Amino acid sequence: MTWCEWPGVLIGNEAITNYGCRMFGGLALTLQLVTVSIVLGALLGVGLALTRLFGGTIAAGAANAFMTFFRGTPLICQLFLVYYGAGQFRTSLEAVNLWWFFREAWYCAAFTFTLNTAAYQGEIYRGAIQAVTRGQWEAARALGLRWSQILRTVVAPQALMVALRPLGNEVVIMIKSSAVASLVTLFDLMGTTRLAFARSFDLSVYLFAALLYLVMVEAVRRLWDVAERRLTRHLVRS
Amino acid sequence: MDYFFGLLFGPKGWAGNLASGALITISLALATLPFGLALGLAVALAKRSGSVILRGLATVYATVFRGVPELLTLYIVYFGLQLGLQRGWKMLGFSSNLDMPAFVAGMIALGLVLAAFSSEVWVGALNAIPKGQREGAQALGLTKGMTFRLVVLPQLVRLALPGLGNNWMVLLKETSLISVIALPDLMFWTGRANVVTKEPFFFFGVACMIYLVFSLISSAGIDMLERRVGRGFVSGSGGQR
Repeated sequence: MTWCEWPGVLIGNEAITNYGCRMFGGLALTLQLVTVSIVLGALLGVGLALTRLFGGTIAAGAANAFMTFFRGTPLICQLFLVYYGAGQFRTSLEAVNLWWFFREAWYCAAFTFTLNTAAYQGEIYRGAIQAVTRGQWEAARALGLRWSQILRTVVAPQALMVALRPLGNEVVIMIKSSAVASLVTLFDLMGTTRLAFARSFDLSVYLFAALLYLVMVEAVRRLWDVAERRLTRHLVRS
Repeated sequence: MDYFFGLLFGPKGWAGNLASGALITISLALATLPFGLALGLAVALAKRSGSVILRGLATVYATVFRGVPELLTLYIVYFGLQLGLQRGWKMLGFSSNLDMPAFVAGMIALGLVLAAFSSEVWVGALNAIPKGQREGAQALGLTKGMTFRLVVLPQLVRLALPGLGNNWMVLLKETSLISVIALPDLMFWTGRANVVTKEPFFFFGVACMIYLVFSLISSAGIDMLERRVGRGFVSGSGGQR
C-alpha cells in the first residue's frame, strides 16, 4: 500500500482509498500550474505596473486595457477563449510554429492563468509603488541615483512590503480559481475529483478535495504571515 | 464582417440566446446578493459576539468557504442537496424523482461563498464605527435592536460599500461557473454556439465582452453609490476610505 491510499483507509472510505493516489497526483498538477503562473505572472505584472506608471500615453493605455479586460471578465471565459479559440487558428499557429504550445491544454491553462494573474498582480504592484512617498524618490534623486537604481534599491523594497499581503491573497485566489482547469480536460485536483465522483458516485471525494484545497490555502496563509513578520521585523509594531 | 453579424443577428443568429443567457447570469447574481450579504452580516455579528461557540463557528465558516474553490462548493451543494433531497423525497413515500433546480443550487452555493467573503467586510466596517456611537445610543435609552437598526446600520452601509462593491464584482464573474451544472446562462449558450458554429474565438470573445460591459457598468454604479452615501462627508486629504 502506498502513502496516498492511507487517508482513505484511515477514515474507512472506499472511494477515497481507490482514488486517493489520482487525487494527490491532481494536487501536484494544481500546484504546478499555480506556481508557474504566479511566478511568470509576477514578472509580467511588474512590467505592466511600470508601464502604467512610467510608460508613454499609448503604452500605459495598452497596459490599462489589458488589465481591465483580464480583471473584468471571468477566468473560465478567458480560458475557453484561449483553449477553444486557438484551435480555430491552427493553420496560422502552425505557420508560426506555435501550434505545439496551444495544442496542449496544460500550456493553454498556464498561459491564461499567467495573463490573468499578471493583470491582478500588476494592479497590486502599481498600488504598492504609488504608496511609496514622493520624498523617497526626491531624496534618492538628490543623492544622484539613476532611475533604475532608485527603483531597485529604494522603491522596490518598500513597495514589496505593501504588496506582500494582497499578493498572498492573490496566490490563494489563484489556487482556488485553478480548479477551472478541470473544464479543459486537465486532471488537476478538481479534475481527478470529478472523475472519482463520476465513477464512485460517493460525495465524500468532493469533501476530501475541499479539505486538500483548504490545507493548501491555509499553508499559504501561514507562510505569508511568517514572511511578513520577517520582512517587517525592523518596523515598530503597535 | 457580414458573416459575424449573421452569426449573431441572422436568421439562425445567436444573439437572442446569448441575451437570454446574460439575463440569467444577471438574475442569478442579483438573487444571490441579498441572501449572501444578509448571511454575511449574520456571520460578522457572530464573529463579534460574546459567545465563544458562536465566534468559533463563524470563524470556521468563513475559513472554509473562503478556502474552497467556488467550483467545488458548487458541485458539493448541487450534488449534496440533490442526494439529500432525493433521500428525503423517497422517505416521504414518493417514488418519482425530484430534481434540484440548478438556479437554486447556484444561488445557495454562490451565496454561501459571498457570505464568507462579505463577512470580512462587515466585520471591518463594524469595527470602524466608534464605540461612542453605541454608548451614546445606550445613554439615550435605545434598546440593543434599536441601536443596531437606527444608529449602527446607516453608518455601516457607507463604511462597507467599497468592500461590498468588490464582492459584487467577484460574484458577477463567479456566476459564469454555474454553466457546469447545466443552467442556461451566458457561458452555457456561448458553449452551445461554439459547438454548432465552430467559431469559438468569436463567441467566447463576445461573451467576454458582455461580462466586461457588466463589470464596467457595475463599477460605475458602485462609484455613484459611494459618492451618494458619502455625500454628507468631506472628502479631503486622502479620501474617506
